[in-house]
Amino acid sequence: MRIFHYWFALWGIVFRELLRFVKQKERFLSALVRPLIWLFVFAAGFRAALGIAIIPPYETYILYEVYITPGLIGMIQLFNGMQSSLSMVYDREMGSMRILLVSPLPRWYLLLCKLSAGVFVSILQVYVFLGIAWFYEIQAPLEGYLYLLPALMLSGLMLGALGLLLSSFIKQLENFAGVMNFVIFPMFFMSTALYPLWKLKESSTWLYKIAEYNPFSQAVEFLRFALYAQLNEQAFVYTAAAFMLFLILAIIGYNPSKGMMKRKGR
Amino acid sequence: MAKHLALEISNLNFSYGKKKVLHKLSFSVEAGQCCILLGPNGAGKSTLYSLITRLYAHKQGDIQLAGFNIQKKPLKALAQLGVVFQQTTLDLDLSVQQNLRYHAALQGIGRKKANQGIQEQLERLGMYERRKEIVRQLNGGHRRRVEIARALMHKPSVLLLDEPTVGLDAPSRQAIVEHVHQLVQDGSLAVLWATHLMDEIYASDKVVLIHQGALKAEGSEAEISRQAKTDNITDAFFKLTQGKS
Repeated sequence: MRIFHYWFALWGIVFRELLRFVKQKERFLSALVRPLIWLFVFAAGFRAALGIAIIPPYETYILYEVYITPGLIGMIQLFNGMQSSLSMVYDREMGSMRILLVSPLPRWYLLLCKLSAGVFVSILQVYVFLGIAWFYEIQAPLEGYLYLLPALMLSGLMLGALGLLLSSFIKQLENFAGVMNFVIFPMFFMSTALYPLWKLKESSTWLYKIAEYNPFSQAVEFLRFALYAQLNEQAFVYTAAAFMLFLILAIIGYNPSKGMMKRKGR
Repeated sequence: MAKHLALEISNLNFSYGKKKVLHKLSFSVEAGQCCILLGPNGAGKSTLYSLITRLYAHKQGDIQLAGFNIQKKPLKALAQLGVVFQQTTLDLDLSVQQNLRYHAALQGIGRKKANQGIQEQLERLGMYERRKEIVRQLNGGHRRRVEIARALMHKPSVLLLDEPTVGLDAPSRQAIVEHVHQLVQDGSLAVLWATHLMDEIYASDKVVLIHQGALKAEGSEAEISRQAKTDNITDAFFKLTQGKS
């Protein structure tokens, strides 16, 4: 049955990613240490300097650590999305990507499976991070942790699709390092992950505009509201639209007759 | 009884920009036949493999795998194909068994059948006892055996091998050459084996010699030597490719 073939392939790709992740302990550790340093060191240090007014979804004054937590969840997913794509560039250079692409399944489906596998791993990282944050007294309503799950899936897919799109246009691993600097850092710093929009507006109008339209900001706001069991409709629509756009472009990029492969030969 | 064609290449053209890599290339491989694709470096062998595996798309010409056109019915065509690429494509951090299970999943094979297939293929290559070893711990020859086992797990009609013995020691090379020829004799598998090592050719093999993307000669080792008016296939190869290797 064809449907079983699709299911086996999805399971196989997700399981492989999970096995690789478990075997690469340092990858798991660094994925966890990065946001925790931001939380314990950066956010604690800036607690006094940055006052946060009452803004939705928060109903009271909050500590800076509480504000920054959804941004750090986004950071975990952003790094994970880019790291998965980095591994795809590596796989392509090393050849194991070929085994995936010569499978008798539509290429768009194989890429979607690969994306989903990366998202699955990022969700595990996020919940471990939130577990540690819980003991640091950053606690959201319990139902928020449940609402967060579908939001993490969508935001993870969007950031993963962006990474996939970048990987489809990058021929060598060395070029990818440059793109990481030009994508990850600007996306993270010019967003609402670290400061709310009104705070950005006070200091710079252009920075405010960039942050407002930055898909990463929208993903972070979507996650922020979900963590408090609320739906930010605008952020949801924006994140979903960005996901579709990035995915379609990535599929074109990996199509042998249209994208990257076409530029290779005729 | 005439055997059916497992792989058919017709009038295939391909270029990288203005540089022509394949020029009106046509040949076929029958079921139960081992076809050696000979050609010096840069002859277009790896490009041809990328086109057969649909990693690149061609605009002119046709490729048929077990009767399925790779452009029109890509999924059915790819299901007929087992591939061993020139570079190793195993996940070095996973075990032999985990690598094979991953491949089985991509081919739509369930766990139970996958385990049976793994046992069957690895036993044939004397690797079943080592199924739990991490691939990184295996030597080059054993990694190749695992890749051949993987390529055969879904029982393809055509097995593509792109210089599979490069970098291996003499005993490992011999073992792989013998194993693949045995596979062809045992059943209806068609093999396309790209190489530039003449001692990998058996007298019963079909040889296709390409140079600068075009077909130079086609037939058995003896027929090609006769056509080129040389004593052996090595001399014929040098004569037909103007000394390039």
